[in-house]
Amino acid sequence: MTEQTTHHPEPSYLVDTGKYKGLMAWLTSTDHKRIGLMYMYAMMVFFAVGVLLGVVMRMELFWPGQQFYGPQMYNGIFTIHGIIMIFTVVIPGLAAVFGNFSMPIMIGAKDVAFPRLNLFSFYLYVLGAAIALSSQFMGNGPPDTGWTFYAPYSIQTHTNVVAAVFGAFVLGFSSILTGLNFIVTMHRMRAPGMTFFKMPLFPWSLYATAWIQVLATPIVGITLLMIIAERWLRIGFFDPSLGGDPVLYQHLFWIYSHPAVYIMILPAMGVITEIIPTFAQKKVFGYKAIAISSLAIALVGYFVWAHHMYTSGMSTTARWVFSLLTFLVAVPSAIKVFNWVTTMYKGSISMKPPMLFAIGFIFLFMIGGMTGLSLGALATNVHVHDTAYVVAHFHYIVFGGVGFAFFAAIYYWYPKMYGRMYNFKMANWSFVFLFSGFNLLYFPQFIIGMMGMPRRYFDYLPQFTFGHQLSFFGGILLVIGFIIMLITLFSKKGAKAPDNPWGGRTFEWRIASPPTLENFEVMPEMGPDEQPYDYK
Amino acid sequence: MHNETAHITPYRAHAWVLITLLTLTFVTITVTWVDLSALTVLVAMLIASVKAYIVLTYFMHLKFESSLFRVFVVMVLAIYVLVILFTLSDYLFR
Repeated sequence: MTEQTTHHPEPSYLVDTGKYKGLMAWLTSTDHKRIGLMYMYAMMVFFAVGVLLGVVMRMELFWPGQQFYGPQMYNGIFTIHGIIMIFTVVIPGLAAVFGNFSMPIMIGAKDVAFPRLNLFSFYLYVLGAAIALSSQFMGNGPPDTGWTFYAPYSIQTHTNVVAAVFGAFVLGFSSILTGLNFIVTMHRMRAPGMTFFKMPLFPWSLYATAWIQVLATPIVGITLLMIIAERWLRIGFFDPSLGGDPVLYQHLFWIYSHPAVYIMILPAMGVITEIIPTFAQKKVFGYKAIAISSLAIALVGYFVWAHHMYTSGMSTTARWVFSLLTFLVAVPSAIKVFNWVTTMYKGSISMKPPMLFAIGFIFLFMIGGMTGLSLGALATNVHVHDTAYVVAHFHYIVFGGVGFAFFAAIYYWYPKMYGRMYNFKMANWSFVFLFSGFNLLYFPQFIIGMMGMPRRYFDYLPQFTFGHQLSFFGGILLVIGFIIMLITLFSKKGAKAPDNPWGGRTFEWRIASPPTLENFEVMPEMGPDEQPYDYK
Repeated sequence: MHNETAHITPYRAHAWVLITLLTLTFVTITVTWVDLSALTVLVAMLIASVKAYIVLTYFMHLKFESSLFRVFVVMVLAIYVLVILFTLSDYLFR
């Protein structure tokens, strides 16, 4: 344990104290908190673009037939909507923003293990996103393959697939390096006395996530390069006309992209596990079960990828094997939900905005999870495969889960990030619009999907019109909610935040709001009897 | 971290590793002249695995690091083997 000798209060990390001032000070900063915020600003821009593209899609689908643009443009819009939302928003998502901002503080470290590598990861992220977006403006027009780049169409289409694929490849490197950085940080830089089973559960979820990032991302990286090699050099990996196997592409793609769903959702679960005990003022129920279930989800999540491929011509044996494995992954997910609800039981619940979003998350994640089981079951999957039902399911997980956890995390750590509070009433209104808009947007998709509405279709039969129109109005409510949230957080400075506005117990609530550059004036320690969630 | 000492591998050990790797590369090329029919891929994979083991052990210092790193490597290899096995549940039963 070392103590600082100076008694002068250190300036906050938001004050430029280095060689550069203003924007340059941010762009060259290796401080984990500033890098986290830079990710957040970038993601908010990408998210706004993705939402806008979603609304443009919904406008076209308001009536059957062509309204504003043709089918080729529709294909391009849903492709770039998916690429932006998946690769630049939800995959880096909570890990890049709140993992960077909060995790080192929560484990009692001054920064991540490799601060320069951390900044390099951010620049790879920006570069990858720029390359992916450039696909819209170069070559033979925007890619029209969907974000999954399924072969052989991605080999044969004349649109600008290579740029989009290469952008995703570069974004993957950013993800791998961040994962590596976090693993080393959590192994080597925990505060004295903080054993692995005394580490808060958000870092635990990031630890499980980081292993997926490191182990699964290279597989999609090489797969995407194989597409480029096949397009440019005519090497027959996936295209049957060149002697390749298109099902092999789907295997390789989903070996990464299904675990990628856990890259997205595990940190979201971690955030919820921080928020619920804080706002219930109660020790988290089943600490070890939650920690181990994060690892279990990461591990079992590796082996469920082919449930995306039941109708792709796989062997019957593979189909039932993967269906069984898919059911297994539901167990650790359910353990978490059970523990969250049990933590709230008989707690002193304070319905502040972060808690409201956390409870919203549980509700939406449950719907997403339960509908996931009907998709994982072989017999029912065949009926709803590639329908709007799938669109609804994954939006309930990815937006209802990751998105709402992201909003919960912003409202939770905002006072720590900026040292300011925000207007609770406005924040609650943003929840009302986001939650009701979300359900109005995506729930009708379950119904029209069950009725037979295919996904990724530009036109549809008249019986699906009402469902699509409800979705459009839901989308508008959602946009209003998002705007209210931005106004609440960024339009004017709120009152000065105390160091611990929510009564939290983890390390970030024991330091100044906003934190100093090196987070701690005195290196924190955990006593032998101390636990991360010591509520009375 | 403070109690750890960096291990410096002598040049002689590196030289032996290099010679072994070159020899195994020569063996890999040589066996391509022998008709092993169904065993061709298996033999090539075995030789490559031995080379990978030597690289991991000496060049990547696993031999001299804490056992935690060896646990990581075994875990990664186990996941790799399981991924291959589950993929074969498709290809072998079509």
